Amino acid sequence: MDQDITGEIPHLVLSEDGNYYLQGGHNEASGKYVFPLMGGDKAFFEPVPLKREGTVWSFTVQRFRPKTPPYAGPDDFIPYLVAYVDLPGQLKVEARLVDIEEEEVEIGLPVELTVIPDINGTPGSVMHAFRPLEKRAA
Amino acid sequence: MTDVGIIGVGIHPFGRTEGRSGIDMGIYAVREALSDSNLNWEDVQFAYGGSDASGNADTMVKQLGLSGVQFVNVKNGCATGGSALYSVASTIKAGEYDIGLAVGFDKHPRGAFNPLPEEWGLPDWYGAQGYMLTTQFFAMKIKRYMHDFNISDLSLGRISEKSFANAEHAEHAWRRSPVSLAEIMESPMVNDPLRKYMFCSPAEGGVALILASEKKAREIGAPFIKLDAAIMRTRPQGSFEVFAPSIDNDIDGSATRLASQAAFDLAGIGPEDFDLAQLQDTDAGTEIIHMAENGLCADGEQEQWLAEGKTLLNGQLPINTDGGCIACGEPIGASGLRQVYENVVQLRGQAGARQVQNDPRVAYSHVYGAPGVSAVTILRK
Repeated sequence: MDQDITGEIPHLVLSEDGNYYLQGGHNEASGKYVFPLMGGDKAFFEPVPLKREGTVWSFTVQRFRPKTPPYAGPDDFIPYLVAYVDLPGQLKVEARLVDIEEEEVEIGLPVELTVIPDINGTPGSVMHAFRPLEKRAA
Repeated sequence: MTDVGIIGVGIHPFGRTEGRSGIDMGIYAVREALSDSNLNWEDVQFAYGGSDASGNADTMVKQLGLSGVQFVNVKNGCATGGSALYSVASTIKAGEYDIGLAVGFDKHPRGAFNPLPEEWGLPDWYGAQGYMLTTQFFAMKIKRYMHDFNISDLSLGRISEKSFANAEHAEHAWRRSPVSLAEIMESPMVNDPLRKYMFCSPAEGGVALILASEKKAREIGAPFIKLDAAIMRTRPQGSFEVFAPSIDNDIDGSATRLASQAAFDLAGIGPEDFDLAQLQDTDAGTEIIHMAENGLCADGEQEQWLAEGKTLLNGQLPINTDGGCIACGEPIGASGLRQVYENVVQLRGQAGARQVQNDPRVAYSHVYGAPGVSAVTILRK
């Protein structure tokens, strides 16, 4: 078997329609999804775009600054919301929640993928997050 | 196969000891255990030991004596102590040796652990963007659990209140001053819904256990606490564990459920037979979840159990009788063996003011950690 387990697989991809999506892996035989898709997963999982919309499955507020390394954020720390977002029929992904106050978050809240400036400060670099799904006209 | 049990226990107090290395705490614990069992270092035929972050256990032969003893280092994360214990017990059961040592120690810097993604098979961005925190995971796991099974914030507080109250009577514990329920519930939020007094902290300490075959124990006249089961398991498909950038849609099973069930099967007894239990309590929520994952109660029953005080020292099933990780802190390599130490002391009836009443005969211990490992034991006298 050809075991190509090297190479970086991007987890956040800009699609042709100008929207970002999270790239996971899918195994058709078992129906299983993985995220992120790591080199060692390539033998079993095909790269697949994950759904952009889901619901908050659980959440917390990160109230202290994580240690550096590995944390790459600025010294000036602002607490942030973190959630597991349930992407129906696929899996739950861990991500920051933005554009919402902490007291407004509840389990079941509909959210969609967005990107925010990378906290490492690299110009033009973005990282994934989810934000409340705007109510759309029927 | 021959029966195996514990004939000597030793502990270096948990918490902070300036100027003493982790390995020195391990050596201290070994000497205490030798003294407890009336043995000399030269009587120890083999050893398994380890730490997560404080060096190689086998280097302690320099201080204990260059007897040429077989000494295997173990490094298995939060299951380091449990894995060492399993290995010693298995070797004796197989009849290869009669007297062995399991030792674990650690000395961690202050503040939360800062594991690096590459050591856990994760991409760098996971740590860089602020997800690589055990506290964050445990908060989200209990948040969802409370939602699914109607557990109140007050129940979290009751766990911590019990831990600090029990620790007041445990000489080896770190935080030995009782903290009122009100003070716990008003302490600063760290990772919602978990507050400052609901978390354990990385700490320092060492524990040593001397095991022997039942025959050998009888020969030398040592007190024998039988080890009915020592089991370690990793996570199954569909479990929700520490350091998970994603979780399967169908959550089912856990390393803890696998380990506990295997131990019940091996020992031929179950939770209804336990007189006391030590459970992994990285935080108050974890103890609540682990009550059910170990089969001590059904999901959701914790709310009533805690309101009725069933897990207090004088309750139906006392849990974390020395204050657990919340009051002892968590030196990773020593933590699981501390639980076994406490169970031995309780079964011998030597626990003083924290002694579980009515002559306890069966005691259970459970440790859990990243990236989804669990080690459990069942002791019986």
